[in-house]
Amino acid sequence: MALLLRGGRVVDAAAGIDEVLDIVIDNGVITGVGADLESPGAEVVDCSEKVLLPGLVDVHVHLREPGQEYKETIASGTRAAAHGGFTAVACMPNTDPVVDSGSKVRFVVERAEETAVVRVYPIGAVTAGQSGEQLAEIGDMVAEGAVAFSDDGHGVGSAGMARVAMDYIRRFDVPYVAHCEDVSLAAGGVVNEGVVSTRMGLPGQPALAEELHVAREIALAELTGCRVHLAHLSTAASIALVRDAKARGVSVTCEVTPHHLFLDEDAIVVYDTNLKMNPPLRTAADREALVAGLLDGTVDAIATDHAPHAPHEKELEFELAPFGTTGLETALSLVNTNLVASGTIGWAEVTKVMCHGPRASLGLPEMRLEAGYPADITIVDPEARVEVTAEWFVSKARNSAFLGSSLLGKASDVLVGGAWALRNGKVVG
Amino acid sequence: MLTSKHIMTMDDLSADDITLILDTAESFAEVNQRRIKKLPTLRGRTIVNLFFEPSTRTRMSFEIASKRLSADGVNFTASSSATVKGETLRDTAKTLAAMSCDLVVVRHKYAGAPQMLAEVMDCSIVNGGDGVHEHPTQALLDLYTMRQALGRLEGLRVGIVGDICHSRVAGSLVPALRKVGATPVIIAPPTLMPARPDVLGAEVAYDLDEVLPSLDVAYLLRVQFERATRMPFPSNREYAMLYGMNLARMERLPSHAVVMHPGPMNRGVEISADVADSTRSLILGQVESGVAVRMAVMYLLLGGADSGAAA
Repeated sequence: MALLLRGGRVVDAAAGIDEVLDIVIDNGVITGVGADLESPGAEVVDCSEKVLLPGLVDVHVHLREPGQEYKETIASGTRAAAHGGFTAVACMPNTDPVVDSGSKVRFVVERAEETAVVRVYPIGAVTAGQSGEQLAEIGDMVAEGAVAFSDDGHGVGSAGMARVAMDYIRRFDVPYVAHCEDVSLAAGGVVNEGVVSTRMGLPGQPALAEELHVAREIALAELTGCRVHLAHLSTAASIALVRDAKARGVSVTCEVTPHHLFLDEDAIVVYDTNLKMNPPLRTAADREALVAGLLDGTVDAIATDHAPHAPHEKELEFELAPFGTTGLETALSLVNTNLVASGTIGWAEVTKVMCHGPRASLGLPEMRLEAGYPADITIVDPEARVEVTAEWFVSKARNSAFLGSSLLGKASDVLVGGAWALRNGKVVG
Repeated sequence: MLTSKHIMTMDDLSADDITLILDTAESFAEVNQRRIKKLPTLRGRTIVNLFFEPSTRTRMSFEIASKRLSADGVNFTASSSATVKGETLRDTAKTLAAMSCDLVVVRHKYAGAPQMLAEVMDCSIVNGGDGVHEHPTQALLDLYTMRQALGRLEGLRVGIVGDICHSRVAGSLVPALRKVGATPVIIAPPTLMPARPDVLGAEVAYDLDEVLPSLDVAYLLRVQFERATRMPFPSNREYAMLYGMNLARMERLPSHAVVMHPGPMNRGVEISADVADSTRSLILGQVESGVAVRMAVMYLLLGGADSGAAA
């Protein structure tokens, strides 16, 4: 089936284009990008007033399958991804059981083939059971399709274990994804240590709990030569450490989440567990440093850390509720509302931090709006209004930090390999 | 009438509210001296004591207060850990709401529990202590006790000594003192200070001996060994040496100054036995005031003068 996407604003930093063009797709592949293209017999899709981007990817999501299907599944999570404008996700291994062997990676790959509506790239565990004690079968997982390795959820506790892991992972040329948290310093904190922890009577975790491990992982990346991707950075000092490391030529990349970019701890005025996440919301100064890091290229990726939970789990006392907010469905709208519509960045920069940067960070296949690339395309209606209500979500979960927000712009259509995953705002399949 | 339907944090109370509560408590204190200590004021009203943490003095104080006002008091004692099995706090609250009570006093291991109850219940909520957050009726009875002993609140300098970061008492007493024009000074080793003491609006000191001569009230806090994840000081002996109130330190207070403690005490740690039992100690007076202040809170929250016979 051939498609002709007619008259949209085609933006791709890697391809170096930002103009109103047509795109022709045949057999799942982009066959032409240009002005006034014709493709006899092709279905013509009017894309005027739309922005066409190379397929966005979220390299940090929790799909909860296997084992916690009541929170989310590969089917529901990828439908949420399509709803939010993503053509691919990389999913974390802290499921039940932990994805720490080749057969478990194969389970995720096969479930994705059966049920997913966007591409799914599994991330395997660094250590068996994410226990931090012994290496998981990294080679077997690579063979089955794991793209990266992470003990996300808590991180690798000991520096010695992290060093062994990086030494071992280096030979497969895949990244080690670091959840940076010194547990002895975090000490059970549920919000940032500071004003809010004091005012609300909640245990706080200091920014240093993250920064100490950021410094450690950078030093170990230098020592071992392993590619290291730092997940969900949340503090000004973390960004400064990455900026310095990159200047020294260390092979380190990093991501920030929309909630850390667009919210800070001042948002916590009542005990709203949708604002409980790990790392916690930090100060306004930290938030501004993350945005600055995004603007100067220190930050490679926006990734959501989509962490779905069931309502009965989040409707607990703040200290008992699990960490996490959903993110897949609000990320693009938040970026448009807060950064693009305000003129802080353009759509070309959005493709850097939501497509090319994250793909390069995890070594995922590049996607471009150029002939010869797979037709993974995100089509954005930048003027559409989104009222973020519980009913609006396609995810099984409702635990969004942005519930109640009114946002500008959303994905109207998503193509994955030339097939619709989202059409006129509705998930296909 | 009070400005708020609930007393969950000191933010719910204005300076005028505090004065009204203390003045009302004074008239109830007089009732508590009578041979027949019961008033018909809250007859037919239901007050639930919802205690998810062990408590003797606070629960009994609320219970006696409700009985003295002829309310129907119900005690509910349960474990705080709804994590593995058992009912969630939200469901407990909904269940109680279905039984139409008029006022719930809640004590809970975790901060924010009163707010969660207020979300699902129509009745008034009184915070009887939530986690390390607040304990407003304790602060009110402390203000009452100070006013009674020293004749005023405005301008008093109150040194709160000890486990500030684990203390819901300090969490309420500091803002309470500020509201009435007194000056709170928090005194502790840095390991027992909150992350941002400046947020509380108290003066901060690390050396008790330096501060002693300037205080009108020395308020010792119980060291809450059970809440600390890591022992925050080397030994009880060293703690007593640096921060414990003993006779020598009491001598260095101004002659009019008094000593207070919210109880239960660790005798020999934050307070020596001879100080606790001295004439300058108001510790039992605090307990006595507690009943009158809680009667005042219940009376004012449940409609005040409209609810029936006044005190």
